[in-house]
Amino acid sequence: MTDAPQERRTAVPGLTVTQDNEFFFTAAREGRLEIQRCTDCKALRHPPGPACPSCRSFEWDTVTASGRCTLHSWTVVHHPQDPAFTYPLAVGLVDLEEGTRLVADISGVDHADLRRGLELEVGFAEHAHGEVLPQLRPAGTTAGTRGGSR
Amino acid sequence: MTSPFSGGAAIAGIGATEFSKNSGRSEWQLACEAVLAALDDARIGVEEVDGFALFTMETNPEIAVARALGIPELTFFSRIPHGGGGACAPVQQAALAVTSGVADVVVVYRAFNERSGHRFGQGPPPFAYNQNTDQEYRNWINPYGLLTPAQQEAFLARLYMEKYGATSADFGQVSVLSRKHAATNPKAWFFERPITIEEHQASRMIADPLRLLDCCQESDGGQALVIVSTERARDLPHPPAVITGAAQGVGPQQISMSSYYRDDIDAMPEVELVAQQLWRQAGIGPDDIDAAILYDAFTPMVLLQLEEYGFCGRGEARHFIADGNLEVDGRLPVNTNGGQLGEGYIHGVNGIAEGVRLVRGTSVNQPTKTIDNVLVTGGSPVPHSALVLAADR
Ligand SMILES: [Zn+2]
Repeated sequence: MTDAPQERRTAVPGLTVTQDNEFFFTAAREGRLEIQRCTDCKALRHPPGPACPSCRSFEWDTVTASGRCTLHSWTVVHHPQDPAFTYPLAVGLVDLEEGTRLVADISGVDHADLRRGLELEVGFAEHAHGEVLPQLRPAGTTAGTRGGSR
Repeated sequence: MTSPFSGGAAIAGIGATEFSKNSGRSEWQLACEAVLAALDDARIGVEEVDGFALFTMETNPEIAVARALGIPELTFFSRIPHGGGGACAPVQQAALAVTSGVADVVVVYRAFNERSGHRFGQGPPPFAYNQNTDQEYRNWINPYGLLTPAQQEAFLARLYMEKYGATSADFGQVSVLSRKHAATNPKAWFFERPITIEEHQASRMIADPLRLLDCCQESDGGQALVIVSTERARDLPHPPAVITGAAQGVGPQQISMSSYYRDDIDAMPEVELVAQQLWRQAGIGPDDIDAAILYDAFTPMVLLQLEEYGFCGRGEARHFIADGNLEVDGRLPVNTNGGQLGEGYIHGVNGIAEGVRLVRGTSVNQPTKTIDNVLVTGGSPVPHSALVLAADR
């Protein structure tokens, strides 16, 4: 943990849950990564939105992602430190196998091993306010399963 | 082809408070002091102000300043979002208002206690906790630990390094240059405090690859600008800084600080869009720019902006800087006031004032060559804005 006092409150804002994105958070609670899909032109999109930027359709469903992904870019956060996280904190931007991207914190990878194209998997963990959200992990460890909190 | 408003308005006055870490007075007072200083610089009466153009993030509303200063009537008031990205856009608003005749004297100001009060570098700002579409984008970054601008910008910096072989020391060149310029600027917080590249490399990591000395300051202070018609500005004491280009830009799939879903996340199409408009409006190109104030919240953005504005090729900015082009007597003197890394962080508006000084010939680091056109830019990677300020020749 950080050297911050335990009672310090996290600065992470609560989720803004809307009719457009609720599916993502519901699925994450159940250990699934869902990607929004336009039912007219079949284009996938993330982050979620009310309309398809390709064909302007408001009709959509979702597909379940495999969780297989590769690292597109990353950072290791040192300062400032929030009580919700353990530092140094690695955060990644990944290319999902399905073609969309996703941001999540990275667990279980030596920070010296972070590189473009590194194969990772999407797991799930409790985050700042107890929400279960995606977390990136080494490939072949916990994909698709619901992980515990750190 | 120039734009109908191009050349029709000018910045005739600039004024600021001191730039500090603890102003000891209210943000409201800072705003009033800066406005009075800018009007005094222009030799325009306070009662003549009839317009204000501000940031939406400005916490001192125009009606509060008008009330405090006894400004009787306003016929134009406008606000622009996106923080430092929009820094130059209130000047565009002012130029549009003045050249269309809806106002005669428009003041732009930015004033805050950003160091002694809420610090942008410490975490999400108060409005981040509003649950609405404006803040919904935070769902996809904040819960995973990307809470500050430095953390959110690090993905771009890392990818840029990976693609073009740039290093932390390449970014550090910008810090060293800014502190060198600040060292001779008595208004700069870092006056007489230059740094070496070794000090940059030894500074603590904030969000890898961004080190402390890659990050701009946090400052208390206020800066104001007075915009009138170029015709009127010619009758005022200072040479006009003519607004020949003023543009805003939003690119495809734009998200505040986190346009991570584009093919190339280190490209900034909104900056390119602004550049194209400026060149068209002003009837010039990058080769005609004699000096530039490039928004430097974080050093990598100076490199990326040099490339997006066409001063050098993609991936070549580190060589362009290493060759001395950004020095006071180089091809393109940059951030001659010390920038926000060295002078102070007034959300880019102090940079616009330096652009005016360069046109007037009064910068503390005035290049010896003739300055006809100065580029001043807002922040990135967010919706962007920029200006071309020109000498009246
Ligand atoms: Zn579609």
